[in-house]
Amino acid sequence: MKIAIASGKGGTGKTTVSTNLAKYLSEIRQVVLVDLDVEEPNSGLFLKGELVNRQEMYKAIPQWEASTCTLCGNCQKVCNFNSIMKLGDNIMVFPELCHSCYACSELCPTHSLPMTKLKMGELTEYKMDELNFISSKLDIGQEQAVPLIAQTIRYVDERFPDSILKLYDSPPGTSCPVIEATKEADFVLLVTEPTPFGLHDLKLAVETMRELGIGFAVIINRFGIGDAEVEKYCEREGIDLVAKIPNQREIATLYSRGELIYPHIPEFKRELELIADYCNRLQKEMSL
Amino acid sequence: MKIAFTTTGTDWNASIDPRFGRTEYILIYDEEKDEITNFDNRDIADVAHGAGPKTAQLIFDLKPQVLITGNGPGGNAAAVLTKTDLKIYIGAGNMTVKEAYEAYKTGILKQS
Repeated sequence: MKIAIASGKGGTGKTTVSTNLAKYLSEIRQVVLVDLDVEEPNSGLFLKGELVNRQEMYKAIPQWEASTCTLCGNCQKVCNFNSIMKLGDNIMVFPELCHSCYACSELCPTHSLPMTKLKMGELTEYKMDELNFISSKLDIGQEQAVPLIAQTIRYVDERFPDSILKLYDSPPGTSCPVIEATKEADFVLLVTEPTPFGLHDLKLAVETMRELGIGFAVIINRFGIGDAEVEKYCEREGIDLVAKIPNQREIATLYSRGELIYPHIPEFKRELELIADYCNRLQKEMSL
Repeated sequence: MKIAFTTTGTDWNASIDPRFGRTEYILIYDEEKDEITNFDNRDIADVAHGAGPKTAQLIFDLKPQVLITGNGPGGNAAAVLTKTDLKIYIGAGNMTVKEAYEAYKTGILKQS
């Protein structure tokens, strides 16, 4: 079973929920946590384990062969991303804009755009007892998170069977990287904060999940600040509100030190247990 | 000399569009012929990726000798424009086309 932890707004506590939930669940069974926020992965700050694997990740980009090119311009016509351009008697490729769709390469009548490898980032895998932790990081200057997210998910799928619970710590927002990180999940937990900003972006995330047709529930973090509008919204929309993690200075202090929260804060652990129970129930109901 | 401006309108009184890639129009003033032509670039609003290089390609095809704009082209667009002999002047973001042309002529605008 795959559960993605996502949010609309950034900084609501996705990583706090992901890391604590993964470690807590791994006390009784095997869990895989995957940090898919490849532009700024930070789950690794909270989990220290033994390094199992480290590998470079590549994406495919076209490389222009001037000697065989007839300058027909078909490549720039078929590119949806303006990442290849005919300039006079030159073809220019913009590797950062390229989505590795192969259209220009496959549709080149003279095969003058063979695809070549470009390093885009690095994947690391750690193990701590029953918790396997995988994290990918995009190289500085790379603009496309989607190919690295897709490849990281593929890596995890190949190494771990579906019967093992996989948690995806997703990027914030509702754009392409989030879609990539959540679209194949069986369920999504949306972490929000009880503020107008949190609610505004939660609604966007809810719309996104409905569009994708994925089941979801909400976790409120920093409960006690802001107002009651998120709760009212969930009730009105019939969305499960799984847990309300209290706003406590001690939680922020532990977080800032890169420590897990639940071993130290009972109020946090109680909410985490609710989330864990919810996940266990989901897995049973969906028989995954 | 052919001079290109990134603009939000089509005549001398139009404002300079401070954005390069997502400029609404490109205005070309041909000094010899004393003639203005404009190119509608508003479709760029629907382009999610690569607006910079796309507009740069339009400039490439129009072949002006000078470009007057606001913030200046970003990295990808600049990579395209280095394939030309174009001189780029920036800092005209708050001016009309007329003011920007005068500022260029009197050497007020900075070459990027």
